[in-house]
Amino acid sequence: MRDVAIVAAGMTRFGELWDSSLRDLFVDAATEALDHAGADHLDAVFVGNMSGGLFTGQEHVGALLVDQLGMAGVAAARVESACASGGVALRAAFAEVASGLSDLVLAAGVEKMNDGADVTAVLATAADQETEVYHGLTFPALYAMIARAHMHAHGTTEEDLAWVSVKNHRHGARNPKAQFQKEVTVEQVAASALVAEPLRLLHCSPVSDGAAAVLLCPLEQARRYTDRPVRIAASGLATSSMALANRADPAWLDAVERAAAKAYRMAGTGPKQIQVAEVHDCFAIAEICCIEALGFVERGRGGKAARDGFTALGGCIPVNTSGGLKAKGHPVGATGIAQAIEIFEQLRGEAGERQVAGAELGLAQNMGGSGASAVVHIFERV
Amino acid sequence: MPSPGYWREIPNRYRLEAGRCRGCGKVVYPARRVCPACRGRAFDRTALSRTATVVTSTVVHVPPGDLLMEAPYAVAVVESPEGARFAMQIVDCDPACVVPGLQVNLEFRLIRREGREGILCYGYKGVPAPQGAEGRG
Repeated sequence: MRDVAIVAAGMTRFGELWDSSLRDLFVDAATEALDHAGADHLDAVFVGNMSGGLFTGQEHVGALLVDQLGMAGVAAARVESACASGGVALRAAFAEVASGLSDLVLAAGVEKMNDGADVTAVLATAADQETEVYHGLTFPALYAMIARAHMHAHGTTEEDLAWVSVKNHRHGARNPKAQFQKEVTVEQVAASALVAEPLRLLHCSPVSDGAAAVLLCPLEQARRYTDRPVRIAASGLATSSMALANRADPAWLDAVERAAAKAYRMAGTGPKQIQVAEVHDCFAIAEICCIEALGFVERGRGGKAARDGFTALGGCIPVNTSGGLKAKGHPVGATGIAQAIEIFEQLRGEAGERQVAGAELGLAQNMGGSGASAVVHIFERV
Repeated sequence: MPSPGYWREIPNRYRLEAGRCRGCGKVVYPARRVCPACRGRAFDRTALSRTATVVTSTVVHVPPGDLLMEAPYAVAVVESPEGARFAMQIVDCDPACVVPGLQVNLEFRLIRREGREGILCYGYKGVPAPQGAEGRG
């Protein structure tokens, strides 16, 4: 396998972007990445997109989007793994370059969620239709059941959940591309409307439009495009039972644990060495469970990490410096790529007010469904 | 006019039919072709008991569109005496009483109306068991 580097990134603002279509969003992110690299060609494009069909009526987005980029003819395909689509698209691009199949590959993600679809119903297609959705379960309901299991087993509190949102909004307030560039208080979270008990509106990531793209090439060619490449040190992908009910411990994300173990082994590193991480906080409880499964804290101890400052900027391991899905926004197919971009910028020293000083090793973890898919990448400054 | 899918799911939805793996004895519900525990492919059909215990739960306040009139409603992951775990609504009670360990009886109910034709889809919902009367079993 060849060493693979990210040499450029492009990303739209995340939010309710009424003036931009699915295709506009993709092209804005992709052209920004190409322009940064000064690249005039591509060998292949992988686009993470959860549900162009149900959100906007548009499938077959690989061919559509590469055509919109003015590059009809280039190899292109959509990658779908629910909310992990972006992270899995990055892995597909990584494998394409590492294997020698292609040299210059764009890994992108895009989702247009604010085009009139029933978003709750579309997102629910990532759960088990027969055993979960049929009975009236929604995604907030699945994560709410994970939260209650965690509270029951480990004593995690509603205030612990609120602190995840407070922390991520603090970070997001420093991110000019975040959907919510403002802070919230524990009291505001506790007073927000119930969605699925114990989860309230301000424990949940928002409905977002957005796109993100990164350009990959062999590390040995990276200096053609940038003087500060970031090496992809590892890629780990794993799955678990589709239905939450079939997991031995509903409060434990075993797919994340497996994907992380693969990635740590591949990179020859471990959780203690990671200096900055983006994790999949689609709901506050998800961040708590993810930092446990990634090994940043002991099993059952994730609840206090945000409140204690352990995962805040300036803490032992800053988590979701971008604002996370909670504050930055969660255009589902774009999220995995946007996470990689935050780590890319951190390792290049370009994160501005969110910069983690001297960061050399970072991690991004993206997840689909109630944790049935998980993908972990580790990035390294070179 | 019922859809093909509707008929296919009748054993699972109406009769709580599960598969008992001939290799390892695991009870798999809904039935599958391959055992998730041992990958065995031979099963005996078995019906689940009409009781279960709540493992974890929530109360849904923002429902999908077709269940708008039913919110707030409780849903839970429950475990049957055979060891099968699955999700269902818990009804005929204060949703706040649905906590881990609650014993429920499974009752045949209307679950939802499907598609433009509004096909009536049935299945099981959990109803808290009278205390001390019907437990696991």
